[in-house]
Amino acid sequence: MSRLNRPGPATSAFTYIWLVVAAVVLLFPVLLTALGGFLPSIDLLRQPPNLLGHYTVASYVGALQQTVVPLLPAFGNSLFVGLVIMIAHLVTSCLAAYALVFLRTPLRTPLFWLFLATIMVPYEAIVVPNALFVRSLGIGDSRFALVLPFLANGFGVFLLRQAFRQFPSELRDAATIDGCGHFRFLFTILLPGCRPAIAALAVWSFLQGWNMYFWPLIISSTNNSLNTLQTAVFALRSNDSADPGLLLAGITITLLPTLLLVLFGQRWLVRGFTAGAVK
Amino acid sequence: MSRDDLSTERDVSAMSTVSNTTFTERPPDGPVTLTDSGSVSPSVISRWNPRELLLTMLFLAPAVAGLGAFVIFPLFQAVYLATMGSDILGNPTRFVGLQHFAELLTPDFGAVLLRTAGFTLIVVVAGVVLPMALAVPLSQRLPGMRVFRTLFTLPFAYSASAASVVWLLMLNPAMSPVNWLLQLAGVSAPGWTTDSGWALVTVAGVTVWMVSGFNLLVLAAGLAGLDEQVLEAARIDGATGVRNFTSIVLPMISPSLFFVIVTTTLTALQSLGQPQVMTDGGPNGATSTLVYSIFNQAFHNNNSNYGLASAQGLVLLIVGVLLAAVQFGVIERRVHYR
Repeated sequence: MSRLNRPGPATSAFTYIWLVVAAVVLLFPVLLTALGGFLPSIDLLRQPPNLLGHYTVASYVGALQQTVVPLLPAFGNSLFVGLVIMIAHLVTSCLAAYALVFLRTPLRTPLFWLFLATIMVPYEAIVVPNALFVRSLGIGDSRFALVLPFLANGFGVFLLRQAFRQFPSELRDAATIDGCGHFRFLFTILLPGCRPAIAALAVWSFLQGWNMYFWPLIISSTNNSLNTLQTAVFALRSNDSADPGLLLAGITITLLPTLLLVLFGQRWLVRGFTAGAVK
Repeated sequence: MSRDDLSTERDVSAMSTVSNTTFTERPPDGPVTLTDSGSVSPSVISRWNPRELLLTMLFLAPAVAGLGAFVIFPLFQAVYLATMGSDILGNPTRFVGLQHFAELLTPDFGAVLLRTAGFTLIVVVAGVVLPMALAVPLSQRLPGMRVFRTLFTLPFAYSASAASVVWLLMLNPAMSPVNWLLQLAGVSAPGWTTDSGWALVTVAGVTVWMVSGFNLLVLAAGLAGLDEQVLEAARIDGATGVRNFTSIVLPMISPSLFFVIVTTTLTALQSLGQPQVMTDGGPNGATSTLVYSIFNQAFHNNNSNYGLASAQGLVLLIVGVLLAAVQFGVIERRVHYR
């Protein structure tokens, strides 16, 4: 088990066998997603599906052309939701965390506990009052209905507060002595210095927004043009005529940004979280 | 040190060394008051300086407004709604007192809670053990481990609805590679999503698959951060295999393990997409968990039973807070932070 000594040949062989078996079982759905969108149903609807069949882009063309659940507007909505939530989390969390760490506030401690307490509230517990509230605002047909309840986030405040607190206080003092105001300090010194945490929050927030399901399901139930890709995939699957190739093509489109983020952003995610939340 | 030095120099560690040297030359009581006040003037004057107070309120306002309006206020609204029944038009305008809370005491809702507990238990146990069983071998110094680790994190990219639909295809009798494997082994496949004895296990299994990617990422980072010297000392003392794992490795990565257990519990408790997309709470309510039940009462088929859904939401809130209290109170005491 120790990483110091290289494992012997028997242990290595066992390790590789176990990892390969696990990879085949756990990653077959990923392989099916990636290849299935390029296969016709005659290859897919077999047991097991023939992944080396007649490659074609017909399913992608079909998925983008079908008008039952238009995917391009849903893609636009998903992008809107992911980006707006990401930017809003960054702005609200940065400002609040800055105030909690660097500004004197009479309510510093109670406010921090309040932010922390909101992390403990499962969103599903308050989804009913929020849905009624947003509907009563009369913006149920606007894209903003998809993001309005999620513009601030207690976890974001917590994550950035931890990062800001670890920022060397000597630097803060030096900047103050040099006459550096709060805004200048925040934007030119603190934020660049806390890039790992900022990047982690950005990746996490975008993933949250992009993959959100319950809320867009409620909002789009009264107006189909507010489908995000997540609810569109469900709507496609509920449609009996959808063939597996078309579904998998749709899912691949849904996965593109998240797959890229998981492949290239996981370093930031782990660094940001392990620095802030784990330790 | 000039202003330009600070704004152009971006590496924090380099900057702290520079400023450290600047500060050691100062009298010890000089800069102390400067730390807290916003300006160079003596701290007594600027202690509650109105400009800074205004700035504080400005900075806190967006987060407080957002969380206040959409997290804290709805909690009170939920309590109010729980005492209201919906009229014929679906508007919650009829006062019904404690009727919805009484409905929570029925065997039907007890079954919902039991199902939620079973689902959460499966997801947390399997969703932590499986990534651990992958992360430990991956932490060995062998060629190809990085590639394997990256591959195993891929399920993290799947949303609830994407994972659910892909797994529905994986288990669809017309094409299921899973059923095909079982047939090769001479086992006949169960009705994964149609047999009420299997549906909850199937939905939980898909959730385990979904969380395995992120959990592996966190556990692998924990294992990579292990102190080489402690491992070396343990090895010299003769700790090997299982003993080494349970007595040395596990306590040392307990912060990562704790983080994974807490986040997985919350993910499991809050799952809607899997039971809603895969089985729609069925068959015969076999996958109707607490969150599915909230969705079902309030929004499914125009049920519009907002009162009962709100009351169930309050139960979810209590369960979530209790679990967090137990986890932070009991488990975290045994977590070893360096």
